[in-house]
Order: sequence, then structure tokens, then C-alpha cells
Amino acid sequence: MGQTIAEKILSNHCKNEVYADDLVIADVDFVMSQDGTTPLAINAFEKMGQKTVFDPKKVAFVIDHSAPSPLEGVSNLHTLMRDFANKHDINIYDIGCGVCHQLIPEQGHIVPSNLVVGADSHTCSYGAINVFSTGVGSTDCAAAMASGKLWFKVPPTIKINCSRALVKGVYSKDLILYIIGELSADGATYKAVEFIGETIDNLSIDARFTISNMAVEMGAKAGLMLADSKTKEWVSQRNSNRFITVEPDNDANYEKELDFDFSNLKPQVAKPHTVDNVVSVDKVADTTIHQGVIGTCTNGRLEDLKIAANVLKKHPVSKNCRLIIAPASKDIFIKAMKKGLIETFVKAGAAVVTPGCGPCVGTHNGVPSDGENVISSANRNFKGRMGNTNANIFLASPATVTASVVTGKITDPREFL
Amino acid sequence: MLLRGKAHKFSDNVNTDYIISGKYKFKTLNMNELAKHVMEDLDPDFYSKIEKGDFIVAGQNFGSGSSREQAPLAIKHANISGVLAKSFARIFFRNAINTGLPVIECDTDKIDKGDKLRVDMAKGKIINETKNLTLDVNPLPSVMIEILNDGGLAKHFKKNKGFKI
Ligand code: SF4
Repeated sequence: MGQTIAEKILSNHCKNEVYADDLVIADVDFVMSQDGTTPLAINAFEKMGQKTVFDPKKVAFVIDHSAPSPLEGVSNLHTLMRDFANKHDINIYDIGCGVCHQLIPEQGHIVPSNLVVGADSHTCSYGAINVFSTGVGSTDCAAAMASGKLWFKVPPTIKINCSRALVKGVYSKDLILYIIGELSADGATYKAVEFIGETIDNLSIDARFTISNMAVEMGAKAGLMLADSKTKEWVSQRNSNRFITVEPDNDANYEKELDFDFSNLKPQVAKPHTVDNVVSVDKVADTTIHQGVIGTCTNGRLEDLKIAANVLKKHPVSKNCRLIIAPASKDIFIKAMKKGLIETFVKAGAAVVTPGCGPCVGTHNGVPSDGENVISSANRNFKGRMGNTNANIFLASPATVTASVVTGKITDPREFL
Repeated sequence: MLLRGKAHKFSDNVNTDYIISGKYKFKTLNMNELAKHVMEDLDPDFYSKIEKGDFIVAGQNFGSGSSREQAPLAIKHANISGVLAKSFARIFFRNAINTGLPVIECDTDKIDKGDKLRVDMAKGKIINETKNLTLDVNPLPSVMIEILNDGGLAKHFKKNKGFKI
């Protein structure tokens, strides 16, 4: 019987031919955790009576959520992470290195066909490079760190056929917001999703990560894509090992197949306070904006920064508005600096902050005030997400965020192209 | 495992930021401290209303959002004996079982605020004592029952020196 990408990768990692709904214990290729989840993972690791990690090279800690630390409590948890990492000789990315989901693929830790778990819900991002990766909690992460194994229920797959190319001014962020709006916040719970078709083929790897990153916003366990020549080139530049790629069989069994034609897609915006509350930009145009954010594991990549800089070169940030920019990694930060993007941002009135999660999760770096409206390139707009329950968060592409902070109200970015 | 308590009702899509806000969870590993802020953004007085053994009863997609294990732990430390919902977000569901918090999928429309409930985890049965109703439950995968019976994944892992399916 034919298999989906998820079924193939899980089969390869438990050395058995498995299908949707089978329970398996599988070998994992990489385990990641960040500063919000690692301290509890260390606790669980110790409670399990474990002395060593299964393979130090295959484990990484990332200090990105509150980096640099804004509080003494956080500082102590960071120290706990550093001490554990040093003791076990595992990879650690300290403050300033960037967001976990940018670093793990960018630093060459993973290749197509891998099975990866991370103690962060957006670990599904790596599906963009043909990796089955999924978010788990701290205790699951501890078990995987200790044994190199974890139990999985093989997910059924929803196949999303994406046809036609996106028009100018419309980006992968708009595509995934639209799909989430259609499927709803729990439309793919417990399932894997395959994003396949011409629209995806036309996208850069940077743009593809945005889509897989947000698969979890409709509940999905993984957001998988095929590995094409772009994927292979991107991965080979970062990891010199040979790797295989995984495609679904023609007779694979899908729970559902959905077809979308994206040729007429407009820029999309998710309104407060749920990610599936999606409308096209014209429906919310003219909403006053007080703060913009460009960055995060969703849209803090070089391509995103270039889009923002192209607008900001000619148009400064509105006097009534702030813009915070957090490059997703140190590498991106350096590249943006060399290209003069950082200078453009600063001159246009933006505040550029340390690579990392920045203000995404309300720990520091730009908590909005009561009643303010924020437009962000991030992936979540839950009430209180940015640290203030009385603020409203709108989600959009970096282009829409930039256009909106230039005018001080939600704006269709095509006006600036 | 026999659980008894009254129901506190919440709606659909209660996400992990509502269960325990990011502004608290990064600060401390003291779960009793975090427990005081459980559901605070949805109901500022929630913690003070809980009597030991009570249940959280919700609609669809309970626990969506982040992978923070602080979410089930904070609920458990707030003396809640279990969460009943129409459906759960995947990571929260795993985390709850891994940390020893019973979570059960059932038709929660048949439960109102304040109803007295009796839940038999072993038999997979919920009785709404106030309404004199028995509710059907979606059974857990076998590995989850093992983990829950061992008191969570850390204990399960230590006892079996790994996973047991
Ligand atoms: S950038 Fe935001 S969504 Fe991404 S890992 Fe950091 S906190 Fe989570």
C-alpha cells in the first residue's frame, strides 16, 4: 500500500512499515529545546534518573525566548541551561544567536528525511525542507534526549494542492493565513499536512519555512513539503553529508485532499484574538496601528528584511507608530548589515533588537500598552500574547506590516510596490 | 483512578497563553506560584474558586498554542483533578498525560457549570451526578494509559528504563 511522507519517514525510523494511526517507537535524528521549555526538560531528565544524553551532537539548547534576560528569575534558568549543556557537551546557542527554528536548519543540524522533535510548538517549521519535525513538551523532550527515541502515533495526512503562482505583493504568509482561515484553528489537529504544487515550487526556501511554521496554527503535527532542487541546494550549503529525500507514493492514502488556486489571493490579515480570524487586507484597511513587529521564526529571514527595507528606503515609519525589527539569527543580522538593510531600518525610525524571539511572546522588547493595536509578522495573536491582555494583535506579511507602520494604519502593501 | 468534583466551564479554543501566560511561565519553576495565575486572562478570580478535585470542562481544541508543559502542570497544581473537553490540541494532550494530569475527550455540552462529576479513568466512564447521565469517552491510546498509570512519563521511563508499548 502507498505511503504519505509522514508514513514513510516514521517507517524509516522504526524499521517497520507503518501507516496512519499505528503507534510506534521511533529513533529521532535531532532534539531541540529553548529557554522556555529546557529548564523543565532538565528536571524531567533528572527525575528519570538519566546520567547521559543519547548523543551530544544531536541535541541543542537555544536561548532565544528571553534573550538577553530581562529578569533575575530568567537569568537563573539560563544559567541552569548553560551548566547542563557544558556538563553534557551538547550544542548551545546563547543570547544573540537567534530563534531556534531558524538556527536548527540554518546551522546544518538536519537534512531531508530526518525525524526531529523540539520542545517548542513551531518545530513543525522544518517540514519545509522535507523533515518530519514536531513540537513536544519538556518531558517528551527529556525522554528523547536520554534515549534518542520517542513514541508517536502515525498521523493521517491532509494533502493541500496549491496551484498557480502568487501575484506581486502577495507572499507565503498570506497563503498560509488564508489556508488557516479556511481550515480553522483545529482543522488539522493530530494530522500531518502536505503542501504540494506549483505555488510552493515557485517559493524560495525562506518563504516555504513561513508556511510549515504555521501548520501548528491549525493544529497540525507536521507541515511537510517535497525536496526539490532548491531544497537540496539550500541544505547542501549547510551540511556536507549525503542525504535522501522523501516523496509520497502515487497511491498513498490521504484523509482529505484540498485544492486551492492562489492566482487571485490578496494580502491577508488575521484579526485579534485568534489566528484563524482571517480577512483580506481591504476589510481592515485604515485600522489605526501603534506598533509594528518584523521578525520571529515565521518571518524574520533575510528575504523578509529585504521586503521591509525596500519600502523603508523611501518611506519612514509614521510619527504615530513604532517599528521593532528582530532578525531571526545572527547570520541573517550580518547579511542584512552587509547589504545596508540595518542602516535603512535605523534611519527610517525602526528599533532593531537582538536576534531571537523579540517581542513575539511578551517577555520583553516591546510590550504594547492598553488599547494599542499591533501589526506583527509573527504567528500568534492570542490575547495577552505580547504581554498585555488589553492590546490587539493583527498578523500579516512583512510587506503589509511595513506598509502599515509607514501610514500608521493597516495598508495594502501593493500601494508601495 | 476515580476522580470527583464539580465542573468549571470554559469555551472553545482555550489556548496555552490563557492557561498560563508567557509573562509568568518564563520566570519560575515554582508551579504552586504559577498555579495562582491559571486561566487568569479568562477569569481573574478562577484560582480562588477552585475546590480540590474540581474539573475544567471546555469545548473544542483545549490547550492549543505553545508546547509549554507549564500549562498542564499549573492546572494540576491548582488542585484541578482533570480536564474534560470536546477535543484537545495535540501537544497539550501529550503533555497532560506525561505530567500525570488526566484529560478526557467527551461531549461536554452535557455538562453545565457547577455540575458534580465522577470520572472513572480505568473504566473510561464519566457520570454527571447532577444530571444523572453517563457520558461516552474517547479511549486513550494504550501507551498513554500505561504512562498515566505510572504517574507520568518521568516515572514510567524510570520504571521501564525507556518506553513500554
Ligand atoms: S519567535 Fe515567537 S513563535 Fe517563534 S519560537 Fe520564538 S516565541 Fe515561539
